[in-house]
This record gives sequence, structure tokens and C-alpha cells, in this order.
Amino acid sequence: MSFALRAGETLGLVGESGSGKTTTCMSIVGLLPRAARIVGGSVLFEGEELTTKSQRELRAIRGRRIAMILQDPMASLNPLFTIFRQVAEPAFFHQRLRGRSLRSRVQHLLKAVRIPSPEWRMREYPHQMSGGMRQRIVGAIALAGGPSLVIADEPTTNLDVTIQAQYLDLLKDIQRETGVALIFVTHNLGIVAKMCDRVAVMYAGKIVEQAPVRELFDDPKHPYTRALLGSVPKLGNKDPLYAIPGQPPNLASLPSGCAFHPRCPEALPRCADEEPIDFHPGAGHAARCWRLDEHAAASHGRSHS
Amino acid sequence: MADRILEVRGLKKRFPARAGLFGRPRGWVKAVDGVDFAIHAGETLGLIGESGCGKTTTSKLILLQEPPTEGSIMFQGRDITGLAGAALMAYRRAVQVVFQDPFSSLSPRMRVEDIIAEPLEIHTDLERAAIRQRVAAVLELVGLPSDVAPLFPHEFSGGQRQRVAIARALATDTKLIVLDEPVSALDVSVRAQIINQLEHLQRTLGVSYLFIGHDLATVAHISHRIAVMYLGKIVEHADSDALCARPMHPYTKALFEAALPSHPDDRHAATAVAGEVPSAMNVPSGCRFHPRCPATMPICSQVEPVLQPRDGGGEVACHLY
Ligand SMILES: Nc1ncnc2c1ncn2[C@@H]1O[C@H](COP(=O)(O)OP(=O)(O)OP(=O)(O)O)[C@@H](O)[C@H]1O
Ligand code: SF4
Ligand SMILES: [Mg+2]
Repeated sequence: MSFALRAGETLGLVGESGSGKTTTCMSIVGLLPRAARIVGGSVLFEGEELTTKSQRELRAIRGRRIAMILQDPMASLNPLFTIFRQVAEPAFFHQRLRGRSLRSRVQHLLKAVRIPSPEWRMREYPHQMSGGMRQRIVGAIALAGGPSLVIADEPTTNLDVTIQAQYLDLLKDIQRETGVALIFVTHNLGIVAKMCDRVAVMYAGKIVEQAPVRELFDDPKHPYTRALLGSVPKLGNKDPLYAIPGQPPNLASLPSGCAFHPRCPEALPRCADEEPIDFHPGAGHAARCWRLDEHAAASHGRSHS
Repeated sequence: MADRILEVRGLKKRFPARAGLFGRPRGWVKAVDGVDFAIHAGETLGLIGESGCGKTTTSKLILLQEPPTEGSIMFQGRDITGLAGAALMAYRRAVQVVFQDPFSSLSPRMRVEDIIAEPLEIHTDLERAAIRQRVAAVLELVGLPSDVAPLFPHEFSGGQRQRVAIARALATDTKLIVLDEPVSALDVSVRAQIINQLEHLQRTLGVSYLFIGHDLATVAHISHRIAVMYLGKIVEHADSDALCARPMHPYTKALFEAALPSHPDDRHAATAVAGEVPSAMNVPSGCRFHPRCPATMPICSQVEPVLQPRDGGGEVACHLY
């Protein structure tokens, strides 16, 4: 699997539970296997080959240049430490700030994530914050080391809609100011529509389609992407939803051939046996579906007529 | 419009605020603070609002899981707050619930057939054979094969469990099902199955729904009418189409602005409403939305607006109108 992401860009990694989104993220931040090209060109991460780095070197990169925002802010915050201590830590370790410059850096970060009266709020503890504030503080911690890539794993799932909108707008503002690249892991196509430049759709542990965001919404090539888009209610449209039959597969016992074939309304005979390869229906657009195999489609058409 | 199945008037629920960190009593949580609405036969009323605005408390009051502090609940024209005996049983039979989390709402040690039969055993005097028949019939209604009856909940996926919960809710002679975020915990591809199933059941059985949710597009899709709740009060309600075409209350507008786009071309700029929902313990004076309202005026912090008829039907509580 490979995808490219430039500075200031946002990639959406979309999939249902168990589709392997989080594993994919973890592999970017942690183990970095095989061919995870995450920054443009042939390089891995900002021109450095990450696969050959030691765990220690990786840890340094992870904290400073790749940061993560998780779904549950309490999983990232220590309830026993003040907000100051937690936001200061990356700036202390990675930028070696001390004393007054550390304090002003923390205040600056809290202000950047719209925490009111940061000089006073930074002395408080996580339980004194609302859910939205906690998630913004996790955002501040993620930004503290001045990362070039932030991976956000369903960061707004637990937030109210108006708070979610504020948070997403905030991330966009910060991105505009700092040029940080974002990977947004989500099951929500609305978030993709709002936030992303490129989208990678995952099914059963694989990226089944990847495209620029408009192209994915206007001209989806993979039947799963089409089904997913058709299953979401849209404001002002009361047509019946497209219900994808069946359940998402269990990663431990995947169907043969194309993992989507048992639920696919357009499956061909070969889909049950042969795993599809990547086809490239357009520039920057890739999809793994035998329907895109023009060769075969043409000969199929002939043999059926 | 067809007859009213359920009507609530002046419904209020206050909880004593739990003692603080140091055991001090801290006043009252006004979870539901004067709510009126009616649900008609065969209709879906959507109830939308942010976390803590009192949606679940409202449903608990209707389900008689909590006694109201004030107000009345009329069922088919009859106040049920004072009911006892057979009349109360008939109400409990007629009003059922499906919760958000299909993993914790079904008893893990009971077989599906017993889960579905339970309300029949408690609220009816049907014979064993009749109960078994009824179980098979409702399983079929929700699109599950009858041979799942002897299985346990853990043998099902989330979507199938939610079907079991719906089957259970339909088992008795059900007139109204309270659906408290019934698809929020499900996978995206499974949500549409359940929404379509619910719509299909309503068309064939004429059952009414109170559909509680926080996703505007989902609530608007399934509901005939929508009531918008903020801090324990309904601030606007209207036909779903009218509300979507022209939301009037600044809070309703904020919800629409905050709603995620369904296409990248519908992205809109930063949302107008700032701040967070205040605590239900400290409800702001006057209009409870005024500290966050982009259109607030001097009167808003002093006088509480009441629901007034709005254009296109329905009502809105805001000094702008
Ligand atoms: N048993 C209780 N004791 C004290 N306070 C309660 C109790 N139940 C609910 N509350 C409070 O009442 C208010 C309304 O809660 P409720 O659960 O009805 O909200 P909701 O709209 O269902 O929210 P959500 O979207 O998070 O489910 C909240 O402030 C909540 O903390
Ligand atoms: S009454 Fe005033 S504060 Fe309340 S919503 Fe209307 S304009 Fe805003
Ligand atoms: Mg609730």
C-alpha cells in the first residue's frame, strides 16, 4: 500500500470498524513497513528513509515531526498532571525550551487551539475541562513539537456537532498557518467532504480506492465506495438509502478473491477467486476492482453477446 | 392530521446535583425544563440537540423509567401519570424502546427468543405456543431468519443485534417506539439497513417513532417532524421539510451550519456559533441560548422567549420573530 501526501495537504483514510484504518496509522507512526510513502517524491518521510531507523530514532520523529490525535482525549491526557505540564512536555524535550520561553510557548499553543484565558487555564487539570476543550488540548500537545504531519484518528467522534465544527475549522486554520500535513482517519464521509484533499477508502485491511476528493465523490470507481456514498443520508434528500447487504468482514477470515465480493452488487465471476489489482482510471486515481479491467470487460462483453 | 398517540405538556425533570468533590450539595440539574410535543399515529417525531440537552431524560419520562417533576403525559387522550393496574400495563405494552448500544442493551445470557418473548410474558397472558409464534413473526418482520431464535446476542453483529432489539420492541401490540440514537453505534454500511428497515416497518405497521439523534441528516431523513432541543427546552419545531428549507431559531441555524457537507463543493466557512453548551445546572437567564447566540439583543438576557407560530408551520421561541 502506498500513498503520497504533501505539506499542507489533508488525506482522509476512510473505512468502517475493522477495516484496518488504525493499524495503517500505527504503521506510519510506529513500525513503518514496506512502502509507506507519506511525503511526495520517492522519499519516505521528509526525505528520510524511516524503515531503516532504530526504535529510538523513530520515537524522536514520532514525538516531534509526526504527532497523533486520538478519538478519546482522556487516553492521551494524564489526569494527575496540569495542562501546563502536558503541553510543555514536547516543547521541553524536542525544542529544549525552559522557563519563561517554555511558559510563553505553552500559552501560545493553548491560544492557538482557542482555550480562553490560557495563563489561568494551564494550571488546571483535565477533569476541569469540557470534552471539546480536552480534545483541543490534545491538539495543542500534538502541535507542541512543531510536527510536519499530524495523524488524527476519529478525533471528533465524541464531540457535539457544533463543537465538532469548531474543532474541524480550528484544525484547518492551524494547517493554513503552519503548513502541517494531516491524515484524517474517519468513518464519516461528511468529515472527508469537509476536510480532505485526497481520500483513501479502506476495506478489509486494504486501500480499495484512492482519489482526489472531488473525483471520489463525483466519479467513484469502486463499488464499495459507491455503496458507501449511497448509504449516507443527505440533507434535503429523502430517497431510500442504499443499504449495503451483509456485514463488514472479519479480518481473521477474509473472503477469497476480492474481499468485498460477497456484498458487491456488481461482482463478476472472477471476483470470488482472483484478488483484484490496482487499476488507474485517472490521474492520481486508483481502484482495486476487476470491473476496471478493460481488457477483460471487453472480452467478457463479447463472450456474453 | 391523524390522531395523537402521545402528547406531553409542561414536562419537567430535575435531578439533585450530586455533591461536589468535597460533598457540598450544589443545586438542581434541570434536565428537562418544560417540554410540550405530540406524536401522531404512524408518524416519526425527530428530537435533535447536543449532548446533555435532555433527550434521553425525555425518553425515560415517557417510558416511565423516571417520574416527571412536573407535567403530564397523555396517551391516546388519557393522562398516564396516575395510571395503575391493567391500564398501566396496556401503556407499557404500547410504548417500547430501542437504545443506542446494541451490545449492552440486550441481556447476554438470554437467547434471542427469550429476549423477544420477555415483554410478552410480562405484559400479556399469551400461551407458550402463541408467544413462540409471535417471536417468529417479529423476527421475520425485522428481516432475521427464524432459526436465529435459539442464539445468544454475542453470536450477532451490531446491526443484527439492533434488529433483535427492534423485534423485541415490536413484539407487544406496540404503538410507539422510542429510538434513542439507534444507529449511532453501528457501522456506516449497516446504518442504512436499519434506517430502511425502520421506515419499512412504519409503512407496513403504522407504528409511531420518537427518533432521538444528533446527526441532522439522519434525523431529517427519517422524521416527518423535528423538534430541536437546547438545554432542556424545545426551541423550534416544524415539519422536517419546512425546518430544513428554513431553519429559523439561531440554534437550529447553528446546527445546520455545523452539519457536515455531503459533497466537497458544499463546504462552508467557519461556523457562527461559538462556545459550548452551558451546564443544565446553570441555565442562562432569559433566552438560554443568548450567551452563544450570534444575533443576541439586550432583551434576550432578560426575557425568556416563548414558542410562537413560525412561517411554514411549527413554532419557534426567539425574540427575533
Ligand atoms: N440521574 C441523573 N442524575 C443527575 N443528573 C442527570 C441524571 N440523568 C441525566 N442527568 C443530567 O441531565 C441532563 C440531560 O441528560 P440527558 O441524558 O437527558 O441528555 P441527552 O440529551 O440524552 O444527551 P446525550 O446526547 O449525551 O445522550 C445532563 O446534564 C445530565 O448530566
Ligand atoms: S431570543 Fe435572542 S438570544 Fe435567544 S436565540 Fe433569539 S436572538 Fe438569540
Ligand atoms: Mg442521550
